[in-house]
Amino acid sequence: MSSAPTELDESDEAVRVRMVVNGRKVACDVAPRVTLVDCLRGQLELTGTHVGCEMGACGACLVQLDGRAVHACLMFAVQADGARIDTIEGLSESGVIADLQAEFHRRNALQCGFCTPGMLINAHELLSQVSRPSREAIRDALSGNFCRCTGYEAIVDAIAAVAEARAAAAQGRGDSSR
Amino acid sequence: MTAPLTSLDRPNSYIGRSVPRPNAKRLLAGRGRYVTDLRLPRMLHAAFLRSPHAHARIAGIDVEAARALAGVHLVATGADLARICTPWTGTLDHFKGMISEPQLPLPLDRVVWAGQAVVAVVAESRAIAEDALELIAVDYEELPAVVDLDAARAPDAPLVNPAASSNICFRAQLDSGGVDHAFAAAAHVIEEEFSFGRHTPVTLEPRAMVADYEPDSGMLTVHHATQTPYQFQDLYSRHYGIPEARVRVIAPDIGGSFGMKLHVYHEDMAVVGLSILLGRPVKYVADRIESFVSDIHARDHQVKARMAVDAQGKILAMDVHDATAIGAFSTYPRTSVVEGNQVIRLIGAPYDFKSYRATLEVVFQNKVQTSQYRAVGHPIACAVTERMVDLAAARVGVDPLAMRAGNVIPDDAYPTASPTGYRFEALSHEVCLRRLREIMSYDGLRAEQSELRQRGIYRGIGIATFVEITNPSPAFYGVGGARISSQDGATISLTPSGEVRCAISVTEQGQGTEAIVGQIVADQLGVAQEHVRVLTGDTEVTPHGGATWACRGAGIGGEAALQTARRLKANILEVAGLILQEQPGALDIVDGQVVSVANGQVRLPVAEIARIAYFRSDTLPPGTQAQLTVSHHFAPQGYPFAFTNGVQGCYLEVDIDTGFVKLLKHYVVEDCGRIINPMLVDEQLRGGVVQGLGAALFEECRYGETGQLLNGSLADYLVPMAMEMPDIIIDHVETPTADTILGAKGCGEAGTAAASACVLNAVNDALTPFGASVNAIPITPARVLKSLDRY
Ligand code: FES
Ligand code: FES
Repeated sequence: MSSAPTELDESDEAVRVRMVVNGRKVACDVAPRVTLVDCLRGQLELTGTHVGCEMGACGACLVQLDGRAVHACLMFAVQADGARIDTIEGLSESGVIADLQAEFHRRNALQCGFCTPGMLINAHELLSQVSRPSREAIRDALSGNFCRCTGYEAIVDAIAAVAEARAAAAQGRGDSSR
Repeated sequence: MTAPLTSLDRPNSYIGRSVPRPNAKRLLAGRGRYVTDLRLPRMLHAAFLRSPHAHARIAGIDVEAARALAGVHLVATGADLARICTPWTGTLDHFKGMISEPQLPLPLDRVVWAGQAVVAVVAESRAIAEDALELIAVDYEELPAVVDLDAARAPDAPLVNPAASSNICFRAQLDSGGVDHAFAAAAHVIEEEFSFGRHTPVTLEPRAMVADYEPDSGMLTVHHATQTPYQFQDLYSRHYGIPEARVRVIAPDIGGSFGMKLHVYHEDMAVVGLSILLGRPVKYVADRIESFVSDIHARDHQVKARMAVDAQGKILAMDVHDATAIGAFSTYPRTSVVEGNQVIRLIGAPYDFKSYRATLEVVFQNKVQTSQYRAVGHPIACAVTERMVDLAAARVGVDPLAMRAGNVIPDDAYPTASPTGYRFEALSHEVCLRRLREIMSYDGLRAEQSELRQRGIYRGIGIATFVEITNPSPAFYGVGGARISSQDGATISLTPSGEVRCAISVTEQGQGTEAIVGQIVADQLGVAQEHVRVLTGDTEVTPHGGATWACRGAGIGGEAALQTARRLKANILEVAGLILQEQPGALDIVDGQVVSVANGQVRLPVAEIARIAYFRSDTLPPGTQAQLTVSHHFAPQGYPFAFTNGVQGCYLEVDIDTGFVKLLKHYVVEDCGRIINPMLVDEQLRGGVVQGLGAALFEECRYGETGQLLNGSLADYLVPMAMEMPDIIIDHVETPTADTILGAKGCGEAGTAAASACVLNAVNDALTPFGASVNAIPITPARVLKSLDRY
């Protein structure tokens, strides 16, 4: 065995990836094997996106890619080249999920909070597609988000309450515009 | 009890109020700071090469190629770390006769479970460290592995620890006397055998730490995802020979713990050593696959039980044998025998009978260590007891709820003790059972069940009564020689601007510790909660204490906060009295203002007292020394444990064609004494119930014949998800403990304690028309079908 330091092989050579993350253009130099979640958490220091399983089973790593929820652990960063990525940090700052966050807080729909960013992103996705999902439908939609702490019920309650409130507000707007 | 703690109508009365957790907003915005997120200057990353064998001798290790890889800073073997770390042994003195092999961070010559860390690599990134692992060659000579419990107990079994004479770690026996006589005289004797699989905590954030040894000052700082920073401060200090005052352990936001993150893990000890060897911060985060093979597992029991009952259905006696397998050694520093010990002591605990006999056998096997996980022993004791009660009820021909009502210790019989010697101050089984009947609409459910049976739909109702051990005194660990505190301390200051700062030794993992401590302090001082800041989880900042385990946070930590706040309030009023020329007793604090007790008239803002005391002490009478910081500790006295109690109910449906169990609804009536924040208590119960439901139906670490974990990933190991979980209806009875002013007892493990027992009874209830019976947990579809002879 050679005692000289082994050369880094070519597969480690960094590739430039350009994305719009939380509304800002970024360029990252990442090795091809780096996952999107590692790039977000590492290079971009967006640690609100979590890692729970690295195999698409727990939902802790959900982010929005071009407006749809995806598992950032199942993608390489290079695959996100050219994409628009929104993480919990961006969605918080823009205020689009403020009602969900407030309702989660009011009902204590989180304990350790490790699953929470993924839960919120998934809830946001659900409510953007179905305006008044049943409790059953909410539970179904959350079936890829593992939470070890809460028992889920408060999360379901919070999402259902926001759905109601959003629907009522939409109706209110409809009435007043008439 | 000295104070009307629950008059919610007065200002700042927070005890008993459902207020949201102030610290939760950060987490909702993705601004939590978990150890996983931490990055320090010059920080390196550790990865571990793990044993592929359950039992093997290490004949040689070749690390040259790994050392040569660019970006690798250190490759360390067992011998390297043994030079700086003293070994540890997971025994305690009060478990007479127990044995366990000494442990080191990495093994010297033998591996004892598949997945054990063997070699550590520290590199510039985790990826490089993992690349280097692939370049390490370990020469193993396989040894016979002891994989299952029965095999471990066989007389000719290979030895897990060759220096021992058998695979027995610990044996214990309890006998109240009169057991044989009671069985001989009984109208009915019920017998059953049970098996409980291994499961594992699966916190969503895995174990994580950053150890940061600074050689010039000799200071070790460990950022550690743990419940018990003081325990680890002591251990790192003693095993690495660093003075305690130079070891700082910081536990920031933690992504779940449930008992799992308070044990010593080999990798964690190793990471501290790696940082010492390198003089640089070293980070280690277990990935999910590593978590499955290296986090503690729990349970793994086989229980044989007999119950003697008279013709009217009165329980006369129980006789049980519990065999449990704990892995290759006992966990440090809390041991792996506490669970079994609690199983045999908690069986039968809700019931009024005198004759009890139990044997516990704790055995070694070549698997990862088991140890304390949420509800330690309770789910086993509860499932065995409650299933036996149901079997007895069926034999005698009484309804299960009536059977329990006729056998629980009556609410007016306290104080009393269990046949195993647990002393009960005051429990409320009878009223809890009555409440459960109401919230379940028990009679309505029974009617629905029998109606649906006619149509071929098989629903089951399960009931489980329980007691829970909370607020442990030194009788738990201290007497056995463990340096694990049962007291907690708080330091509360009135800051110069009149705000309040409370540093307390109990810790936060999301259950709401900081919230309830803030509520108690605000309530007792008479200030708004938003003016109270609570600090936890840093040995350099917070006083030494037991921290959070065994449901002690509210009961012991809360009492420490209460007593400290009262002392600070007295000090504030003393200064106020001097300023106002009043007797302190004539003054009170309401909403941050000093008021006259007599007429409620506002006299002076508390902030003004702080200003005068800190900046204009010259205006106070000579000789006055204002003490606006108070440190105070509270150690439980009186009862060795504050027992809580309650009852759970479960309604479910069994698909007899597929064996699938659908949980329809779950019910809990709980008595944890004084409730500080009802919403947080309910959420503790719900989360606990769901962990118990996971254990009941899904969770099992499955091993192959050679001791390999077969389902060690989140795709293969089933955890409870939202879709399968029911809504949970909760009600409370409040019987405060008189041992403290606060009166609070624990509630964090109550949900888990009885949930699986309930499901076991409910599934068996659903299967009654078929004469089928299930006695193993988890209750998988295969087990249900097997009981129906359909598999
Ligand atoms: S980390 Fe991506 S789904 Fe679990
Ligand atoms: S709040 Fe801890 S995992 Fe969901």
